[in-house]
Amino acid sequence: MSKPKFAMYWAASCGGCEIAVLNIHEKILDVDAAFDVVFWPVAMDAKYKDVEAMQDGEITLCLFNGGMRNDENEHIAKLLRKKSKIMVSFGSCACEGCIPGLANFSSIKDMVDTAFTTITTDNPDNIRPQASYTMPEGIITIPTLNPMLKTLDQVVDVDYYMPGCPPESHQIAAVVDLVIAALNGKAELPPKGSTIGAGDSTVCDECPRKRHEKSIKAFGRIQLMHADPELCLLEQGIPCNGPATRSGCNARCPIAGAQCIGCYGPAEGVVDYGARLIAAFASVIDSDKPEEIDHILDGLVDPAGQFYRFNLAGSLLRSSKSAQKG
Amino acid sequence: MQRITIDPITRLEGHGKIEIFLNEEGNVANTYFQIPELRGFERFCVGRPVEEMPLLTNRICGVCPEAHHMAAAKAVDAVYHVEVPPTGKKLRELLYSAFYCTDHTTHFYALGGPDFIMGPDAPVAERNILGVIHKVGLEVGGKVIQMRKFGHTVVEIIGGRKIHPCTSIPGGLTKGITEEQRKEIETMGRWAIEFAQFSLKAFNDIVLSNKAYLDLIVGDIYTHKTYYMGMVDENNKVNFYDGKVRVVGPDGKEYVKYEPKDYAEHIAEHVEPWTYLKFPYLKNVGWKGFVDGPDSGVYMATPLSRLNAADGMATPLAQAEYEKFFSALGGKPVHQRLAIHWARLIELLYAAERWVELATDPEITSPDFHAIPTATPTEGVGIVEAPRGTLTHHYWTDERGVVTKVNLVVGTTNNYAPITMSIKKAADSLIKKGNVNEGLLNMVEMAFRAYDPCFGCATHSLPGQMPLEVTILDPDGNPINVLKQYCE
Repeated sequence: MSKPKFAMYWAASCGGCEIAVLNIHEKILDVDAAFDVVFWPVAMDAKYKDVEAMQDGEITLCLFNGGMRNDENEHIAKLLRKKSKIMVSFGSCACEGCIPGLANFSSIKDMVDTAFTTITTDNPDNIRPQASYTMPEGIITIPTLNPMLKTLDQVVDVDYYMPGCPPESHQIAAVVDLVIAALNGKAELPPKGSTIGAGDSTVCDECPRKRHEKSIKAFGRIQLMHADPELCLLEQGIPCNGPATRSGCNARCPIAGAQCIGCYGPAEGVVDYGARLIAAFASVIDSDKPEEIDHILDGLVDPAGQFYRFNLAGSLLRSSKSAQKG
Repeated sequence: MQRITIDPITRLEGHGKIEIFLNEEGNVANTYFQIPELRGFERFCVGRPVEEMPLLTNRICGVCPEAHHMAAAKAVDAVYHVEVPPTGKKLRELLYSAFYCTDHTTHFYALGGPDFIMGPDAPVAERNILGVIHKVGLEVGGKVIQMRKFGHTVVEIIGGRKIHPCTSIPGGLTKGITEEQRKEIETMGRWAIEFAQFSLKAFNDIVLSNKAYLDLIVGDIYTHKTYYMGMVDENNKVNFYDGKVRVVGPDGKEYVKYEPKDYAEHIAEHVEPWTYLKFPYLKNVGWKGFVDGPDSGVYMATPLSRLNAADGMATPLAQAEYEKFFSALGGKPVHQRLAIHWARLIELLYAAERWVELATDPEITSPDFHAIPTATPTEGVGIVEAPRGTLTHHYWTDERGVVTKVNLVVGTTNNYAPITMSIKKAADSLIKKGNVNEGLLNMVEMAFRAYDPCFGCATHSLPGQMPLEVTILDPDGNPINVLKQYCE
C-alpha cells in the first residue's frame, strides 16, 4: 500500500516555518516513515510539474506557510489546495499576515517608492521594477504585487490553522503524531476550521511571572528600565501582548525577559485581536481622570503596530485606506 | 535574434528566474537573473518603536534571524548612543557564534556539500542531505543533527527562542545566563570544535583529494576577479559580530576600511527595471555593469571574501586552516568561487573556537548585561557579518525613539551582481552555437549555489529562501532540463 503524501510550501514568508519543522530533529524520520514526501522545496528536490500532474486531493497533508504578496503566491496556493485533502494554514504569515502584513498600513506604491529611494539607492532615472519589461533581446517578466497582503484563507479554503511565528517545534511534533495516529485509525482529527498545535487560553495563563491586581500609572519602554525578572511585565508598564495572545508557546518571550509580541495570534474566541488587547490594556490603567488617561496612553508610542503587529492582514480592518486604494 | 530561453516556465513555483538570450550564432548574448518579490520592510518598519526592530527584522529571514537580530541590536544601541556592557556584547557574540556553527553546517551538509560528497553529476534525487547520510553513514548524519541542535540550544538559552530570538534590546539584553547554563554551553562548544575539525577532514578526504573536484575548484569557469568585503577586528582578523568593514581589491590589497556608520559613503545600490532587487557596488569605484576587475565596483561578500579581506583568523586552529587554505590555492586573494565551500568550513571552526572562548570568559555570567540608555535617540547603523555577507541596518528615529526611516543592505544582496556574473559566465562558457550541453547544467547550478544565496534575506523581499527553478528550453520551446537551487 502506498503511503499518504506530504507537502510543504512557502509563499511570502521568511523560511522560519521550514526551520521549525526541521527542528523537530529525529522526529523528521517519523514523517519520512509515515509519509511519502512529494513536495517540500526546503528539504528535497521535487518538481512543480509533478504537483500539477497529481490527481486532485492526492496530497494527504499540505503545510502551507507564507502570505499572499503577489499573483504567484496566489496561484500556487490554489494549485496546492486543489491537490491536497488537508490544507493547513501553517504559521503566522499564512494565518494572519504576520510582520509582512504591516505593509497593509501603507499603499503598495508607497512601499515600492520607499525601497527604491533609500539613501544608498543610485536611481537617477527614478526607476521602479516593471512586471513586464522589454530588453533589447526580448521581454522579461516578474510577478505583480498585490495591493494588500492577504492571508491564505482569504484566497483558498483552509482546513486547519496552526499559529505561531514560527510554530513551536514541540507543537509541530505533537501535530505530526496526531495526524499519523489519525491516519492509522487511532485518533480523530479535530473539526474543520480548528486551530491546531496551540493552546486554547492566553500566553498569560502559561506565563510563570507573578501577577497581582494589575494597575499602571504609565507605560514604559523595556530598554529604559531594568525590569523585575519575576513580576508580570504588563504590571511593570511594559506593553506585553500576553492577555490577547493564544497560548501554546510556553510563554517563551516573557520567560526570557521580553514582552509577548503576539505571534501566536488571537486567543480562542477572540474575533479581533487588536480590540481585545485594547480592552486588556484599558483595564490596567489606574486612573479615572481623562487627562491622566490620555497621558498614560501617550506612553504607547505606536498603538496601531502594538495592537495589530502580527494580524493586521487577518484582522477585521485588514488594511489602511491607502492600501485599499493601491 | 535567435532566442533560446532559460526560463522558469514553472514561473509560479520559482522565486528566482533566469533568462538567457542567444545571438544569431547561437552564443550567449545576455542573461538576466530576476528576483520577483518585495515585502517592503523599509516602509512598514517606519512608525514602530525602535526597540522592536530586532524583533521585526528577524522576520526578514527565518534561516538567519540571528543575523538580523544582531545587526538590529547594534543599530538600536547606536540610535540610543549607548555602550553595551562587556557581558552584553559577549553574550550576543556567543549566541552568534553558535548560530554560525548551525548555519554553516546546514549549508555544507545539506546544500553545497552534496555536490561534492555525492559528486557534481549525481542524480538530483540523491543530491541532498539524505543522500549524504546514506553515503557517509548514519553516524555522520547523527552528528549533523546534533550540531544543528546544539547551535539552536545556545540560541534559545541566550536569545529566548530557537527561531527569531527576542532578548536583544537597546543597551544589551533582557537576561543573562547562569553558571549551570554556561557549563552546558561550554560542553556543547567543545563538541562543536571537534565537529568542525571532522568536517574539514571530510572536505579534505572527499574533495581536495579528488583531482577532478580540485580541478573544478581552481578552474576558470567559477573565477571572477572582484573586490572582497568582510568585517575585521582591530588586528584585521575575521570577526562576525563587531569591528570595521574592510574591502580588498582584486589584487588583494586593502582598498578601504570603514566604520559601520560610514557605510553610505562607500556603498551604493544600482537599480534595474526588470527585478525587485538592487545591485550594491563600491560607490567610489563606480557601477560599470556586470563586469569584474579593478575598475568595476562589483564586490563579493561571502566566507571566501571574509578570508580574503582579513589578515587571518583570531583563533589558533582556524588560523592554521587559513594558512593551509591560501597556500594550497596559490596565495591571496583567492578568486575561485567554489573555494567558498572550503572557506565556510574554516569559519565553522573559528566560530566553534570562539564559542568556547566566550563560554569560558569569566565575565559571561555577570548580571551586568544591560545598560539603560540615557541619551536622546537619533540615528544609528549596525553591521554584522551574516553567513551570506555583510549585513547593514540603518535606522533614524524621532526623539521618542519611533522609527522615521530605515535602510537595509542585506547579506546576499551584496552578491547579486557577482552571482549574475557567475551565471552569465557559466552560460557563456558552456552554451555554444545553440547547443545546450547537459553536463553544463549542474555546473551552472553549482555556480550560484557556492554563494549560498538567500534572496529572502537579501531582498527582505521574498520568501525566505529562494527555491529557484530554471527550465532550459530549446529554440522550439521544448524543455531540455531543470535546474534547482534551495537556500536551506
